[in-house]
Amino acid sequence: MAIDSIIFYFFAISTVLSAASVVTVRNPVHAALFLVLTFFTTACLWMLLEAEFLAITLILVYVGAVMVLFLFVVMMLDINIARLREGFIRFLPVGIALALIMFGLIYKVVSDNQFSLESMAAPVAKAADYSNTKELGKVLYTEYVFAFEIAAVILLVAIIAAISLTLRRRPGTRYQNPSEQMKVRKQDRLRIVKMEAEKQ
Amino acid sequence: MKDIIATFVSYLPEWMQYFWPEWFQYLISNVVLALIILLPLFIVVAYYTFAERKVIGYMQIRVGPNRVGPKGLFQPFADMFKLMFKEIIIPTNANRYLFLIAPVLAFAPAMAAWAVIPFNDTLVFSDINAGLLYILAMTSLGVYGVIIAGWASNSKYALLGAMRSAAQIVAYEIAMGFALVGVLMAGGSLNLGDIVNSQAGSVYNWFFIPLFPLFMVYFIAGVAETNRAPFDVAEGESEIVAGFHVEYSGMTFAVFFLGEYANMILISLLTSLLFLGGWLSPFPSLMGDSILWLFLKTGFFMLLFLWFRATFPRYRYDQIMRLGWKVLIPVTIVWLLVEGIAVYYKVGPWFA
Repeated sequence: MAIDSIIFYFFAISTVLSAASVVTVRNPVHAALFLVLTFFTTACLWMLLEAEFLAITLILVYVGAVMVLFLFVVMMLDINIARLREGFIRFLPVGIALALIMFGLIYKVVSDNQFSLESMAAPVAKAADYSNTKELGKVLYTEYVFAFEIAAVILLVAIIAAISLTLRRRPGTRYQNPSEQMKVRKQDRLRIVKMEAEKQ
Repeated sequence: MKDIIATFVSYLPEWMQYFWPEWFQYLISNVVLALIILLPLFIVVAYYTFAERKVIGYMQIRVGPNRVGPKGLFQPFADMFKLMFKEIIIPTNANRYLFLIAPVLAFAPAMAAWAVIPFNDTLVFSDINAGLLYILAMTSLGVYGVIIAGWASNSKYALLGAMRSAAQIVAYEIAMGFALVGVLMAGGSLNLGDIVNSQAGSVYNWFFIPLFPLFMVYFIAGVAETNRAPFDVAEGESEIVAGFHVEYSGMTFAVFFLGEYANMILISLLTSLLFLGGWLSPFPSLMGDSILWLFLKTGFFMLLFLWFRATFPRYRYDQIMRLGWKVLIPVTIVWLLVEGIAVYYKVGPWFA
C-alpha cells in the first residue's frame, strides 16, 4: 500500500469516528473537542488533496479561533444533560425524517452522474512550486471580487448587529478610563511639603 | 536522509529488506530529521531556563543557581531529573484522559511549528510555500492544551486561568496575524526562506524599518501568546496560584514547561527571520551571511523575554484586553493601509 493511501484511510476513519462521537457523547465539552478533532482530520484530508491553503485556513480559523470560543462558552455554561435528553423519543421521528431528507439531497448532489470519473476527470498533480494560495488570491480578487466584497459587507453588518444586540448601557456603573489613568502625573496628586524638623 | 536510508537498506540481506518497505524508510528518515532539529532545541530550552534564573538573578542583584556543577551549569539536569522522578498526581474527579492529554496538546504544536523553520538558505526540514500560514495555524493550536488542562483539573483556579488564557490568546492572535499579513505583503511570499531573501541587500532593506509598528506589535503579541510576563495572567501566581497548571506535577508539568519555552524560542526566531533578515549579515563586508547571525538575533529576543519578566509588573486583566483590541489591532490595520499605499506606489528601497 502506498503511503498516501495509509494516510488517507487513517484520517478518513478518524474523521468519521470523531464526527459520530460529536453527536453521541454525553458530555458537551467532549462533543466540542471531538468536533475539533473532526476539523483537524478533515484539514489533513484536504492537505492530501493538495489544497494546502484551505486546509491550513480550516485549522487556523475553525480550530484555532472559532472552536476556542465555543469551548469557552460550553465550559462556562451549566448544561443539564438529563433535561436535554427528555424529548429524545418524541422528536426522534422528526429527526429521522430530516436526516433522510438531508441524506437524499447530498446523495443527489454528490452522486455518480455529477462527480463520477467520466464526467469529471481526476485533477492532474501540480508541480512542487505551484502555490495554491496565490491562485486562490488571484481569482478571489479579480473574477469573484463582487461576491467577495458582498460577503465582507454581510460579515461587517453581522459584527455590528451582534455588538449592538449585546451592548447594554447600565446607568450608575463606574468604569475606569485607562487613558485618563495614564495621563496622571505626579504633580497632580502629590504635593511635597518642606517643613522644619520638630523639636522634641 | 532518505537516500542514506535507501542505501543502507540495499546493503541488507534480502530477507531483511522485506521489513523495510518504502513507507517505513520514509517514516524513519523523517523521524531522524525531526530529532536533528528537536534534540538541540531541548538542550537550548534546558539552558534557557538556567539563563532565565541567572539573568533575573543578576538583575535583582543575586547570584542565581550556583551549586550544581561548576557555576551551577548542571542545574537544568538536576531540575529535569527531579521532575522526572516526581509523582504525577491526578486530582479526584478530574477528567483522567483529558488531564493527561492536555500537556501533550500544549507540547505537540509547539514542536510541530519547527518543521518549516529555515536556518539558512538550504537548511530547512520542510520548505513549503505556505510556511507562514502553517506557523500561524500551529501556534494557534497551543491554546487547547491550556484550556483542556484548566477544565480537566476540576479546580477553580485552573479553570479561571484557562478562561483568561483563551480570551487573551484569541485577542492577540488577531493582532499577530495582521502583523504577519504586513510581512507577507512586503515579502511577496508565504515561504519563510523567500521572506528572508527578499530582505537581502543591507540593514536598510530589513523589514523592521518599513514595518516598524508591525514589528513592535508582533513581538508584544508574541509575548502575550506565550503567556509570559507581563501578560502571564493565565498563571498569575499572586491571584490564581499557578493558573491552568496548578494541579500538574512531575513530568506532566515539565511537558507544559518545555512547550512554553520552545514557543518563546520560536517567537524570538520568527521575529528575527521576519523582521531582522534572519541569517543575513548586517555587515556584509565584515562577515558574510551565516546561521550564527540568526542565532545572535534570536538570542537577543530571548534575552528580551527574560528582561521583560524582571522589569514589568503584571498587567491588569482588563488592560490586557484593552491593549489587544483597542491599541494593537488598530495600529496594525492603519499600518497595513499605509503599507498598501507604499506597495502600490513602489516606495523606497523596500517595495520597489
